[in-house]
Amino acid sequence: MSKKLNTNSNLYIVIYATVMVVIVAFLLAFVSKALQKKSDANVAIDKKSQILAALCIRSLDKDMVEAKYAEVVKEEKDLDGDHPLYVCEVDGQTKYVVPVKGMGLWGGLWGYIGINDDGNTVYGAYFSHESETAGLGALIAELPFQEQFKDKKIFDSDGNVALSVVKVGKKIDGLDEGSRCDALTGATLTSDGVDQMLKSCLGKYKEILNNNQ
Amino acid sequence: MAFLSKQNKEALVEPLNRNNPIVAQVLGICSALAVTAQLKPAIVMGLSVTVITAMANVVISLLRNTIPNRIRIIVQLVVVAALVTIVSMVLKAFLYDVSVQLSVYVGLIITNCILMGRLEAFAMQQKVLPSLLDGIGNGLGYAWILVVVAFFRELLGNGTLLGYTVIPQGAYDLGYMNNGMMTMPAMALIIVGCVIWANCAFNNRKNKP
Repeated sequence: MSKKLNTNSNLYIVIYATVMVVIVAFLLAFVSKALQKKSDANVAIDKKSQILAALCIRSLDKDMVEAKYAEVVKEEKDLDGDHPLYVCEVDGQTKYVVPVKGMGLWGGLWGYIGINDDGNTVYGAYFSHESETAGLGALIAELPFQEQFKDKKIFDSDGNVALSVVKVGKKIDGLDEGSRCDALTGATLTSDGVDQMLKSCLGKYKEILNNNQ
Repeated sequence: MAFLSKQNKEALVEPLNRNNPIVAQVLGICSALAVTAQLKPAIVMGLSVTVITAMANVVISLLRNTIPNRIRIIVQLVVVAALVTIVSMVLKAFLYDVSVQLSVYVGLIITNCILMGRLEAFAMQQKVLPSLLDGIGNGLGYAWILVVVAFFRELLGNGTLLGYTVIPQGAYDLGYMNNGMMTMPAMALIIVGCVIWANCAFNNRKNKP
């Protein structure tokens, strides 16, 4: 390294910055490509284990997920390209799993709802979130919240989505006890987000589930 | 210079105790609060930061004579950002569930003050070996505080360590309860405070004649 090189000249700075950025870009692109396959596989396994969680098959070992998924999920349908439906079989009974997606307080929410073959009764539910408050909204990702959905009815007699997440003690006209789940204390906005998510995503599935039977 | 001359040893050991990035310099608190609800993410986060500080220190130290003074912060940021992105991709590929738990905090290592602080204060002036040791020292100094905080938070908050239940069922039968407060970030701040207190008390006692 020559001592006389002026590291403060404009030309040097521009060349230095350019070379640096190009090297870094190549490096990152290379690493990303090299690891792509592995991380994609992880994402796929994670999705499968979430779908299984909606069928009350939880805390499986990572290497068990693929096998169990292949055993349980019989068919992945997507009639109009926007509403996937997973047709599954658990203990000889047909179940459906549908994905839901919405907004919480700080970021996205998503989940999977397992539905019995009557197309109306919840068999299991799984929710997760991007960045809800730990200890409050983040509790939607935990078992006690998700288990209360079991055996609730999704649709009312008019075919609208009745399944709701409502604050304990709050009265809502026309809401049947069999479709009501308790909101989380201290996480009103996250709970409302789950409620909205169910309402907006499940509506379309009334028809799809009916047609599928 | 011998491998472990006095200065080199200091560069490695000082940040573990007397010059600890969290306890003494109070840097990197944000992530220390966020990822310490459980032991496993805390360990992974500590190791990630150690790897990144060590490597960033080495890279900057190698380049230190060529870096134009006017854009040195930008150069440091690019190096750190590149390393962090690589670590984050490696975690996604090999430790997926941990990377989900750490979520945004791996990316936020870029803004961790410890990194920029060490690059600007140490690696820009020092040779490669001391910079490497300084990076490892500071990373481990950060890591052990995270582990201590996470140990107490997971133990008292969930009754588990690394996911294994350690508090016997008998204790719950006798009326013991997990403290849900511990899983919230606020308690991490209080535990960090206790660690700072204990560390100061320890060092002060040692310094007395």
